[in-house]
Amino acid sequence: MLTLVVASVVIYGLLFISPGDPATLLVGGGKPNPEVVARIHQEYHLDDPFFSQYGRWATGVLRGDLGRSMAYRDDVSHLLLGRIPNTLLLVLFAGVLIVIFGIGGGTLAGLRGGRVETAVTVGSSVAMAFPTFVVAVFLIAIFSTQLSWFPVFGAGQGLGDKLWHLTLPAISLALAYIAWVARVTQVSVRGELGSEHVDAARSRGLPNRWIVRRHVLRNASPPILAVSGLMIAGLFAGTAVAEEAFGIDGIGSLLVDSAAKQDLAVVQILSLMMVAAFVVVNTVVDVVNVALDPRQAVKGRDS
Amino acid sequence: MSAIALAGSTRVRRVTGRLGSANVAVAAAAVVAVLFILLAIFGPLVAPHDPTELDQLNIFASPSPAHLLGTDDTGRDLLSRLICGARPSLAAPAVVMVLAGAVGTVLAVSAAWFGGWWDASVARFLDLLFGFPGLILAIVAAAVFGSGLVAPVIALSIANVPYVARILRPAALRERNLPYIEALVVQGQSPWRICLRHVVPNLGPLIVTQIVVGFGYAMLDIAAVSFLGLGLQPPSPEWGLMVANGKPAIVDGNPAQSLYAALTIVLAVVAFNVIGERVSQQLLAKGAR
Repeated sequence: MLTLVVASVVIYGLLFISPGDPATLLVGGGKPNPEVVARIHQEYHLDDPFFSQYGRWATGVLRGDLGRSMAYRDDVSHLLLGRIPNTLLLVLFAGVLIVIFGIGGGTLAGLRGGRVETAVTVGSSVAMAFPTFVVAVFLIAIFSTQLSWFPVFGAGQGLGDKLWHLTLPAISLALAYIAWVARVTQVSVRGELGSEHVDAARSRGLPNRWIVRRHVLRNASPPILAVSGLMIAGLFAGTAVAEEAFGIDGIGSLLVDSAAKQDLAVVQILSLMMVAAFVVVNTVVDVVNVALDPRQAVKGRDS
Repeated sequence: MSAIALAGSTRVRRVTGRLGSANVAVAAAAVVAVLFILLAIFGPLVAPHDPTELDQLNIFASPSPAHLLGTDDTGRDLLSRLICGARPSLAAPAVVMVLAGAVGTVLAVSAAWFGGWWDASVARFLDLLFGFPGLILAIVAAAVFGSGLVAPVIALSIANVPYVARILRPAALRERNLPYIEALVVQGQSPWRICLRHVVPNLGPLIVTQIVVGFGYAMLDIAAVSFLGLGLQPPSPEWGLMVANGKPAIVDGNPAQSLYAALTIVLAVVAFNVIGERVSQQLLAKGAR
């Protein structure tokens, strides 16, 4: 909670000290009339001291008034409303791909070994080097242009159409993380398979499926969870690139566009949302970690 | 007898083969990396054309002796643009990692030296920052200070500080507890001098390793910032920017610019990552000895 307050002051402060006068942006090109500028200053309280401005902004945000975008001439909350579903759907889609192919592939490689393991290792080292925008460009060139299987642009209407539109963006967002998660899972599963408690379980004649589920996967999960916090944060950051590359109206592309236009009211809210999401995700990961392995709680207190 | 010899020889070959392939990969990566660094330094001298020279009659040209990789949507020579793009594409992440290395070293060494509340607050700060996406910081920085490389570079170096400092702090603490430091303190040398003359130089290999390891990732982030249009502006031949600039033409069936720039980025990142992995492995092996 304290983190959030500090972050909000820092975010607001950073944008407060930024060069350039928001009023000139609002007036548009040409030489602004000083009188108009003064009126805008008054209307937006641009001349007040910092903490008075911050106080007004923060109480507004808490009440649900997220401010007004100067570039879009629209309420920020209104801008967000239409875009949040697209971004959440994209991240969710990418997350499902990561769970299926990353954890699935990694587990398979760890359990089977041999050719499967080699294939997953080689595939993941190649895939890890492909950032979202590179994958996006390749996917557009191959699947949208050459084969015309998927649309190049936009987020689509309705759930089915949206999923179809978001397939390529989700793949380009997820690919590097699939590789990363597969690698972590594989190493972790492999390590557990060779451990003594698995040998013990095996010698007692427990069915293989039971051993894998209770003894291997459960013990192999902490490292995977540990990276999942980083990964979710990375996914949200990656939506900026994926949405921009595929022309999707979402939070990420809104952040990029308003950054390019120096539309600070929007950037403030979005970066605050990102920090909040980051804090929440990390807390959840910590809690789940402790639930899976109570020793973590003690260890956490020591460090 | 021949069977044993055969078995022996295949085993030997398998061992050397594995060693060999790892070394070949590192050697290849080193060649690629050196080539890119040379291009970053001398690129404009060896480029066959001016990277910003327009030739409107010759747009989207296929590869030919005059234009080895063809031309882009305004007739600029793609090979020359890729070559000249090496400088901004490599220099920016280099600055990012050097800055992150410097700040990370100062934080880690001072935290290990003074301990107490300073150590605790540095640790807390690094924990908070750790894992926060550098790309978001860079975008916000670009929003505040305008597009260009300066703001994103500073933002990305801040985002990379925790990764450097986390590794360095325990090492600095170990160093600080060595008897020779105690001896220097007893001799009355100033902490400032001890840190600069003894602790930091002894951490040198570790610091360099962290810089090399982070370089590939910094490169990706810088390229992503440019791809989003928040870094260098056209007509700069920066690679991330080239990928973005070539994107509209992909739909028209002219993907050359985007694809070549994207492949160049991947090639450079893979090369530097392989080297980074090798360097850190070697340091680990040395530490274990």
